[in-house]
Amino acid sequence: MILFRHELRRCRTAWIVWTAAISCFLAISIFLFPEIASQTDQINEMFSQMGSFTAAFGMDKLNFGTMTGYYTVECGNVLGLGGALFSAMLAAAMLSKEEKERTAEFLLAHPVSRARVVSEKLLAVYAQVVALNAAACVVSVGSIAAVGESVPWKELGLLSLAYLLLQAEIASVCFGVSAFISKGGAGLGIGIAVLAYFLNMIGNIADPVKFIKYVTPYGYCDGSEIVSSGGLDAVKILIGAAFAAAGVAAAFIKYRKKDIS
Amino acid sequence: MEAIKTEKLTKYYGKARGITGVDLAVEQGEFFGFIGPNGAGKSTTIRTLLGLISPTSGAASVLGKDIIKENRAILENVGYMPSEAAFYPGMRVKDILRLSADLRGKDCGGEAAALCERLKLDTDRKVQELSYGNRKKTAIVCALQSDPALLILDEPTGGLDPLIQREFFDILKERNSRGTTVFLSSHVLHEVQRNCTRAAVIREGRIIACGSVESLANTGAKRVSVRGGFEPEALPDVKDVSRGDNTVSFLYGGDIKELLQKLAVSGVEDVNITEPDLEEIFMHYYENGEGAK
Repeated sequence: MILFRHELRRCRTAWIVWTAAISCFLAISIFLFPEIASQTDQINEMFSQMGSFTAAFGMDKLNFGTMTGYYTVECGNVLGLGGALFSAMLAAAMLSKEEKERTAEFLLAHPVSRARVVSEKLLAVYAQVVALNAAACVVSVGSIAAVGESVPWKELGLLSLAYLLLQAEIASVCFGVSAFISKGGAGLGIGIAVLAYFLNMIGNIADPVKFIKYVTPYGYCDGSEIVSSGGLDAVKILIGAAFAAAGVAAAFIKYRKKDIS
Repeated sequence: MEAIKTEKLTKYYGKARGITGVDLAVEQGEFFGFIGPNGAGKSTTIRTLLGLISPTSGAASVLGKDIIKENRAILENVGYMPSEAAFYPGMRVKDILRLSADLRGKDCGGEAAALCERLKLDTDRKVQELSYGNRKKTAIVCALQSDPALLILDEPTGGLDPLIQREFFDILKERNSRGTTVFLSSHVLHEVQRNCTRAAVIREGRIIACGSVESLANTGAKRVSVRGGFEPEALPDVKDVSRGDNTVSFLYGGDIKELLQKLAVSGVEDVNITEPDLEEIFMHYYENGEGAK
C-alpha cells in the first residue's frame, strides 16, 4: 500500500482545507437554526411563494422549523455540493496529474503494475471521501447537540449515507475520466459535479423530465423523499452503482494500455 | 542473452513518426551508446522498452523478457534515468529516494548514502528547491541505488558540472566492470566516444549505423589542416572547411593519394592529417545518412 499512503500524503492539505470548509459551513448552518426556528412561520410562508424554486430544492415537502427539515435542506446542499466538488476534483486529477506534473515517468519506471497504480489511487480517493464525510457527520452531530436539539439519528444517518454514495459515484465516474486525459482534470470534475446537481434541480421542477433523477446521483439524495419514506431509493442507487462501476472499469481498461506522455 | 533486443520496433503517435523498424542488439555487460540529435527517436525507443508507451509494431525484449508481457519483471532489474527528471513537489530528496526504494521493495539506504556522498547531493533539500543539476543527481541515485542489472540513461549529464560528470562516469564504469549493462542515450558524442564500446546512431526514427565506436568513427575521413596556400574545394568529398590566417582546415573523405598529389603541387608550408573525432563525423557524415552502414 505504498502508493495509497503516498497519495494520502500528497492530498493531505487539500483534504484538510475542504473538510474544514465543509465542516465550518455545516456548523455555522446548524448554529443559525435556533434563530431560523423562531421565524418558522415567516420562512415557510416565504418558501410557499417561491413556486418552482421551492420545489427545485425540495423545500416544498419539508418543514424548515424542525431540525430534520432544516438540516435536510441547508446542510444537504452544503454536503451534497461541497462534498461532490471535492470528490470530483480529487478523482478527476488522480491519474492525470502524474502526466501533468511529469511524475508518471518516475512512477511507472518502477516495478509497479498499472493495475496496482489504479487500485491504490482509487482506494486513496475513496478513503478521503469517507474520511471527509465521517468528519462532517461528527461535526453535524456535535453542532446539533451544542444548540440543544435532539439529534435525528435515523434521518441524519440516511442522509449521510446518501451523500457518501453520491460522492463515491461522482468520484468513480471522474476517476474513469482521469484515465483518458493527461492534463489536469479538476475543471472537468467540477463540470461533472455541477451538471449532476443542476440536472437534479431540473428533474425536481419539470415533470416531463422526471426520469433525469434516475441518471443524476442527486436523485437518490433528495432529502424530502428520504425523510418522508424513511429509506433510500434502491433502484436509483443501483443505477448509480452501475455508473460508478463503469467509471472504475474504464479507468482500469484505459490506464493499462495508455501511452504515458 | 542480449540485454536489449529489438526487431523492427516501430512507434507512431497517430500519424507522427516516433521510430521506424528499429533493430538493436545490446549484449549483457556492454557499455552501449545510443546517439542521435534531439527528436531522432532516442527517448521513444527507451520509453517503448520500458513499457511507458506501446509499440505500433515489431517486438522487443529486455534482459530476455518481452516488453509487453513481462514489463514488471523487466522493471525489477532496470534502473532508468529520464531526460527530464520530475519529482513530487513538497517531498525531500531523501523521501524520493526512499519512495523509489520502497516501490522496488528493497532497502537501498546504504547504497543511496554512498552515491549521494560521491555526487555531493544534499538529501534534506525539497525537490522544488533543487537546481536542474541536483534534480539530475537525484534521478541518478534513484536509477542506481538498487544496483540493477541494466541501466538505461537518457541524456544523463545535462546540468551536471564537469567534476560531477567525471564522478558519474567513474561510477558507471565501476558498475559496468561488475557486469551491469549500461545503455547511454546521448547527443553529446564525446561522452559516447570516451565511455562506450559500441554505439548505434539513430536519425529520424531509423538506426542508420551500429557497431563499435571505433568502426563508427572510421569513415575513412581525415581532418586535414594546411598552412600555406591551398584551395581544398578543388578536391572531392570535402566538408566542414574553416579558414584562419594563412591556414585552412577541412574534413576529407576522398582518395588520400589525390589529396597528397594536390598538396605536393601547391604552396603548402605545413600539413597535419589526423583522425576526426566522432562528433565531427556525426555532424558531417551522418547528418544526411551518408555514413549509414
